[in-house]
Amino acid sequence: MASGNRPLSPHLQVYRPQLTSFLSIMHRITGVGLWAGALLMTYWISSATYGPEAFARAQWFLGSWFGRLVLLGLTAALYYHLANGVRHLAWDIGWGYEMNNLNASGLAVVIFTGVMTVLTFLAGYWVAGAL
Amino acid sequence: MEFRSTLSKVRDRGLSTEGGSGHWWAERMTAIALVPLILWFVVSAISMVDADHATFVKWAGADGNPVLLILLIIAVYHHGQLALQVIIEDYIHHEVAHFTALIAVKLGAFFLAVFTIFSVAKLTLEG
Repeated sequence: MASGNRPLSPHLQVYRPQLTSFLSIMHRITGVGLWAGALLMTYWISSATYGPEAFARAQWFLGSWFGRLVLLGLTAALYYHLANGVRHLAWDIGWGYEMNNLNASGLAVVIFTGVMTVLTFLAGYWVAGAL
Repeated sequence: MEFRSTLSKVRDRGLSTEGGSGHWWAERMTAIALVPLILWFVVSAISMVDADHATFVKWAGADGNPVLLILLIIAVYHHGQLALQVIIEDYIHHEVAHFTALIAVKLGAFFLAVFTIFSVAKLTLEG
């Protein structure tokens, strides 16, 4: 590992903020965040094996204002990571590397995330009979 | 466009001797599997917003649902631990912390996957 006072190459802060670099780091951040979603999925499914009271407690928590807030963040993170993940798969087969395509697909990912998150929550409230 | 270096340049350098290409492929295979599985799970979860215990257990054991749930659980935790491994390798350089984090993530993901799959099996078989 590097030691002493060796000079460092210019780091992130010397670059102008761009959509592409912002979306890139967001893929990692949402990915780490989605671990909380995986844990919540495990909690939700396994709670049912401990009987009706345990499952009702899980449902109550997920439906509470705090639970809904967490689910809102996870839903947005999920759609973002999903759409941007498909973008990554396209790059893996060599598609979409041109600058105008990168910006267009990036914008599409952001719009998809916003629209799908709103639609998902509207559907959830509709199922709950709140609409 | 040709992105590859000539064979003479890459020989004995950067070859995937420690399973790097296997990791790369597994991350992508689980990603592809997760596209339909996660969309199915979101739609299912929405339908369970107001569900009581009986409704949920009935759904978990219905038709192909246990199989889809188990596939989802495997894909989620496999993808999750492969991805977190890359992040640990990028950011945690202290040797002890590095290996502790890697081992914790790998064993933790394995435990969580088995525990969740067992839960699905229990719900399906015992009702």
